[in-house]
Amino acid sequence: MLAWTIYISFLAAFLLLLLPKNSATSARLLALLAAITGFAIALTAFIHHRNGELLTVTRIPWIPSLGIEYYLAADGISLCLALLTGIVAIAGILFSWNIQHRTKEFFAFYFLLIGSVYGVFLSYDLFLLFVFYEIVIIPKYFLIAIWGSTPKEYGAMKLALYSFVGSAMVLIGLIAAYAASGMHTMSLTGLAQAHFSLHFQLVAFPLVFIGFGILAGLWPFHTWAPTGHVAAPTAASMLLAGVVMKLGAYGCLRVAMTLFPLGLSPWGFHVLGFGSWRDVFAILAIIGIVYGASVALVQKDFKFVIGYSSVSHMGFILLGLMTLNQIGLSGAVIQMISHGILAGLLFATVGRMVYDRAHTRDLYVLGPMNLSKAIPFAAITFVIAGMASMGLPGFSSFVAELMILIGAWRAFPILALCVGLGILIGIVYVWRAMQKAFFADSSKEERVVAEDHGAAALPPITLPERLGAILLIATSITIGLYPQILLKLIVPALNSPLFDGIRRRSW
Amino acid sequence: MTYTHLLHLALPEVIIVITSVIVLAVDLLILSNSTIKTRFTAASLLATLGCATAIFDLVRAPQQADFLNGVFLTNPLINTVQIILLALSILTLLLSTDSTFTDHVGEFVTLILFATIGMMFLVATEDLLVLFLSLELLSLSLYILTAFDKLNPRSSEAALKYFLFGAMSAAFLLFGFSLFYGLANSTSFAQIAVAIHAAPSNPLVIIAIVTTLVGFGFKVAAVPFHFWAPDVYQAAPVPAATFIASSSKVAGFFIFFEFMAIALNGASGGAAWMHFVTGWAPVLAIIAAASMVLGNLVAIRQTSVRRLLAYSAIAHAGYMLLAIVAHTPQSLSALLYYVTTYALTTIGAFATIGVVEQQTGSDHLSSFNGLSRRAPVLSACLFVFILSLAGIPPLAGFFGKFFLFVAVISSPGLVWLAILAIASSAVSLYYYLQILKRAYVTNPDDDTPLKAPAFTQLVIVLLAASVILFGCVPSLLIH
Repeated sequence: MLAWTIYISFLAAFLLLLLPKNSATSARLLALLAAITGFAIALTAFIHHRNGELLTVTRIPWIPSLGIEYYLAADGISLCLALLTGIVAIAGILFSWNIQHRTKEFFAFYFLLIGSVYGVFLSYDLFLLFVFYEIVIIPKYFLIAIWGSTPKEYGAMKLALYSFVGSAMVLIGLIAAYAASGMHTMSLTGLAQAHFSLHFQLVAFPLVFIGFGILAGLWPFHTWAPTGHVAAPTAASMLLAGVVMKLGAYGCLRVAMTLFPLGLSPWGFHVLGFGSWRDVFAILAIIGIVYGASVALVQKDFKFVIGYSSVSHMGFILLGLMTLNQIGLSGAVIQMISHGILAGLLFATVGRMVYDRAHTRDLYVLGPMNLSKAIPFAAITFVIAGMASMGLPGFSSFVAELMILIGAWRAFPILALCVGLGILIGIVYVWRAMQKAFFADSSKEERVVAEDHGAAALPPITLPERLGAILLIATSITIGLYPQILLKLIVPALNSPLFDGIRRRSW
Repeated sequence: MTYTHLLHLALPEVIIVITSVIVLAVDLLILSNSTIKTRFTAASLLATLGCATAIFDLVRAPQQADFLNGVFLTNPLINTVQIILLALSILTLLLSTDSTFTDHVGEFVTLILFATIGMMFLVATEDLLVLFLSLELLSLSLYILTAFDKLNPRSSEAALKYFLFGAMSAAFLLFGFSLFYGLANSTSFAQIAVAIHAAPSNPLVIIAIVTTLVGFGFKVAAVPFHFWAPDVYQAAPVPAATFIASSSKVAGFFIFFEFMAIALNGASGGAAWMHFVTGWAPVLAIIAAASMVLGNLVAIRQTSVRRLLAYSAIAHAGYMLLAIVAHTPQSLSALLYYVTTYALTTIGAFATIGVVEQQTGSDHLSSFNGLSRRAPVLSACLFVFILSLAGIPPLAGFFGKFFLFVAVISSPGLVWLAILAIASSAVSLYYYLQILKRAYVTNPDDDTPLKAPAFTQLVIVLLAASVILFGCVPSLLIH
């Protein structure tokens, strides 16, 4: 049944293309319907999931000569992320209700993206996973290049090339693993037991980890993220930050770390104080956290603030992965979901509620428009989203970041202090952006200028936007108040035999 | 072994020969006063019928025979390749029905059939003499086909360039072959293999290898023997360019592989990173690496889409050469899959470009502006072809690359070539996306819908469907 999340999305993409011209409303309704169906299927599977079970959805031979199978399956982690995809997909459609230009094509590309994302999360055959992972690049490019805002062509191409380079690295790693294993299979469960030599794992691990890490915003390969996010139309940046970056993080955990656990073992010598790839990536993650937050602090462009905040939050996920202890890893998975929701919400507020009305993203121009009066709903949403993003208790990110911090404290105590610095800067940049954009003290003349700009006549917030915002906020609070609903799926999944290599840490 | 027996074995080729005579006769004697459109349709349909009969014969009565120690062979593998060649010729013929560039219709179609005959003999031999003869039959037909657009001076220029380079490389090839003959006292692949096995590092062998590589390198347009390709791709009439870019590639690569893997197997050397061993493999590895890098980098700067495809073809030739460097049975099947799907994709891409060029008068990138609104179906097909060339799953081009890289990485020491290939294919995405960006993102210069001829459009859609199908179910073609 779960496989239908993928099929429905692709089917929707196809049907949307067949719609007659000028049928924007029916395109929107069809899109919403398909997204809700996908979400409902994911939710049903999520509810019916029994602890620790690996739910095999389909498993049929695909290319027998190479032992490749069409193998879809889901454990707790996949299910949580599929559910996230469903939620963000619905919210994305609600927030792109105002797309007028080539509406049906927009939603067709949108569903091509959604279907492939579901596919990546549900694939248990590495070849299949790679196929879906690579399809994602194409709709991303066109969503940004056609419906984005300047510099759209630059941002789109940069994103496409970065992703393609990343997936090229993954491809080399996967083919090498296939050839080195000598086994006639590409399935994750099969290759995870292949016992690659230590030397091979030490080379293949960083290759595949960085390959996926590029899409996860791993510093210093993150530069596609801010430009891509800023150029993308609202729904695309919601998906990009919400689920596409998660694909990278998911790949790091699911492919790089399960196939090559020995890649994390000590090298046996030290270079510049680094003793293993684990140290290297932990440091890069922390640099990402602090650097992303610091750069977000000085941006003039509202969307860039959120773009760099994504880099910072993705750093938490990668750090959580590198702790290698259960609490850190589960924290990382919760952070994937939490950031997926919150980044979606922040981009929706900035891109749809503010930018589509004010037609500027410059914090210094937005200030005098007195947005807290003009569109109070946007201001409230941003305050809530900002609080959640800072990691205030009661929101999902609090749980996630706390768990990652505890994990990091156990693994690298000194580095955990730097993370604290990153959190602190995180509070400041959200505060600054909030204050400048919504609650600026503006002088009389400035207000007059802004009113000439048309600030007084900002159209009110529409119903779909309200629904979308409420959906995302509710999800974040639910997870924040009762993280057990996710943890009871994630923890057994992390204890499954698949992660034995990491858990045992046999080095 | 009698001549009747030979004729019986070569029945498919004989059918094509007869077809070509019929086509010429019908066109010159019966249809000479009809419109070009009718003549092209009739000639193409007749030729298609001939090719289809030959395919039918190959499928119905597959044979296994070896005539005169490899002078003429038939076996299931060769039959498959011949079927592929005939099918590609059919596609080219069907797509040429709407051409208007010449009034020598019969000659044009006959030359395509002659080239097809050359290719069929080319892949069915393990003998130097027949190899050279059929290669020349193929090449001479292609030179004339390139020059066929007499009203376009660039077409003649390209043909002249093609011919001069081709004649030179044929001389090199013949020189190499004569050395091999001197060495082995025989023109058969098997005898040469024995002779080379006895003295693998004889200087004569090395000279012969180098000159042969020049000849074959020209045929498959590998760097540094690629100079003819951009001009020919750009200036030849569309059906001719399609033909050169697709079927002649299939035949060329197949015989190249066979010759290297059978006749020169003893002198292959090794192309492992930092451990080169004298032989043809390291030379070929360097040629392949140069083709991939140069082809992809130069393609970025092109503004003519046909020229862009020419440089991309050079890069693809680089990828395919990797299969020859690896020369394992697995890499032969990977090569065949790759070159076949590549040919299908290229035919589709060229046909689409042909329609655009006919309507807008140029193949410049800007002619593709807003194609998605001027011709939605056509641009959807272009989308499929270009992404398949770029190697995006689940299209056929991706699986071709995947099989090829698996085959290359499985042979010890060649990982560096696979890494280089994958890295340079990341570069290629840039220029492929440039074409699609014009079609989907840029606004059209004028909004009038393009009128694609219905039949051509049907064939293009079928091609796109087959590219998707071979991508989703690659096992259809793999055995």
